[in-house]
Amino acid sequence: MDMTASLIATTLSAGTPLALAALGLLINEKSGVVNLGAEGMMLMAAVIGFAVALHTGNQWVAFGAGAVAGALLAGALGLLVIWLNTNQYATGLALTLFGAGLSAFIGIDYVGKTLPNFQPLDIPVLSQLPFFGPALFRHHLMVYLTIVLAIGLIWFFDRTRAGLVLRAVGESPESAHALGYPVRRIRLLALMCGGALVGVAGAYLSVIYTPLWVQGMTAGRGWIALALTTFATWRPARVLLGAYLFGGVTMLQFFFQGSGMQVPSQFLSMLPYIATIVVLALMSRNPLWIRINMPSSIGKPFTPGG
Amino acid sequence: MLRLEPRSAPSRAMVWLSPLLALVITVAFGVAIFLAMGKSPLHGLSMFFWEPLKNAYSLSELALKASPLILIGLGLAACYRSNVWNIGAEGQYIVGAIFGGGVALLAGDNTSHAIVLPILLAGVVGGMVWAALVAALRDWFNANEILVSLMLVYVAQYLLDYLVYGPWKDPEGYNFPQTKIFADPALLGHLIEGTRLNWGFPIALVAVALVWVFLFRSVQGFRLQVGGLAPGAARYAGYSSRKALWTVLLMSGGFAGLAGSLDAIGPLQQLTPQVSQGYGFAAIIVAFVGRLNPVGIVLSGALMAMFYIGGELAQSRLGLPNAMTGVFQGLLLFSLLACDTLIHHRIRFKR
Repeated sequence: MDMTASLIATTLSAGTPLALAALGLLINEKSGVVNLGAEGMMLMAAVIGFAVALHTGNQWVAFGAGAVAGALLAGALGLLVIWLNTNQYATGLALTLFGAGLSAFIGIDYVGKTLPNFQPLDIPVLSQLPFFGPALFRHHLMVYLTIVLAIGLIWFFDRTRAGLVLRAVGESPESAHALGYPVRRIRLLALMCGGALVGVAGAYLSVIYTPLWVQGMTAGRGWIALALTTFATWRPARVLLGAYLFGGVTMLQFFFQGSGMQVPSQFLSMLPYIATIVVLALMSRNPLWIRINMPSSIGKPFTPGG
Repeated sequence: MLRLEPRSAPSRAMVWLSPLLALVITVAFGVAIFLAMGKSPLHGLSMFFWEPLKNAYSLSELALKASPLILIGLGLAACYRSNVWNIGAEGQYIVGAIFGGGVALLAGDNTSHAIVLPILLAGVVGGMVWAALVAALRDWFNANEILVSLMLVYVAQYLLDYLVYGPWKDPEGYNFPQTKIFADPALLGHLIEGTRLNWGFPIALVAVALVWVFLFRSVQGFRLQVGGLAPGAARYAGYSSRKALWTVLLMSGGFAGLAGSLDAIGPLQQLTPQVSQGYGFAAIIVAFVGRLNPVGIVLSGALMAMFYIGGELAQSRLGLPNAMTGVFQGLLLFSLLACDTLIHHRIRFKR
């Protein structure tokens, strides 16, 4: 395969779990809730998705299980931060630590097991094109669904009444409440929907992307997804672009290694994390740039009539 | 239906009862897990709550494990009190171990035992450097400290991997990724004959006293807490939030780095990729369960050390996965946060 085509192809598949998780977190944050539990939720969904794929042999059931796991954990987080008004940072962290531990606990029997090979989708005719075929048209269906999802979210936030209400709840819960919207229920719903997407991202990782289970296998992707929402300034299209950018950085290390450059592999493995820090710093430098799209009530608890 | 009603004044009793209640909930979950795994809950729980306390040797092991958790928890408490969300203590601990370990590698059999001091100092500096990166990026670029400090954990781990797989690898280590065992003069001696307890524990206790005085008896400590609780008021009073940011981050980085270097030349005696067992993350729970209070942190540090020791015992004696430790730790923090609601609210039964 052409080197560039293969870079594009691997970038798309590496960016997909990041994009899925980040779009889920975007929905959370648009409603005013920060979800620091994402990393733990992804791990839980990854191990559950892997187990389900192994037992049923069906990847779609596995994605469904991952989504349910993500939604339920997000629901637990929601009960605490939305109804009990606990600190969103501390509670999310607790969920991540819990998820990391429990996923390792559940996954102990699955280490070293292998899944059936779920074939990517070969789009007829298009996948036969030179260069574009291997680069763009031989991917797993989830890669395309993620792009559809991003477009759908743009439409949802900008063009639908429900999207407008969700944004209002995140911008000014007081006004939304005064207009008669059930702010806390909407937030819980947004949290669970976003959690489901984070869950699908986790299941994609362990079922499709690297079809195996290893303790802590998300390797910080939940956190990188959180960073993505910030430097995408809460715009779905930019989230998608950012995710592919990061997918590309992750893949770059293999190309460096393949090119025979004498750089220790550990330094290449650091790249995605360093890139996250650098891009985050550059994006955050201009407060206006960040604040213009940031949901104003993000991270703040809301009590009706309180 | 159950309803939460705000209390007119926070309940003083609940401030102390809430951690106990959280512990009870965690234990209840533990019983459920043991039952689900087909193990005797009584036997299982004794691994966590009796074995670590049963004799002088167990207690010395508990103190050994608790020391780094207390040290790191102290620094994190100062951070969280001033609303700085440093969650990368794990990375600061690892870099502390790298810096301290680097100096320790210079020691030979004839080196003076005084080299322990430069080792620990290097550890402090290492942790501070890692935390200073967070402070600088937050201060100069307004970058979110949660994400930056966390990303730096991964960078620190890869840095450690590079060193122990590469330039610092013991040539006589059968190709294992590890440094040579540090020379005797570089190691912390045992405080009590027959135990592994070392100077880390007394140092942690001194740190507890120092941080208590700093937080509750110094103008600096007062200022940074006002900054955390009421940023507007702090600005009006002319307290610098930048200064608070740097102070608490350097402080927590220094403590975490000290803990890393103490462990490197204490129980570990060499660097391997598994220098940390997640102490930096566990210390987040230590800080919260200890109510961000230095004295409370001693108790919660001991409790978290019990979870670590219990997890190891449950693995070796009951064949349960070591990840039990993490499950218990996460559950404890989760239930504590939920129980804390009762400090400001009461439960009313309403129809």
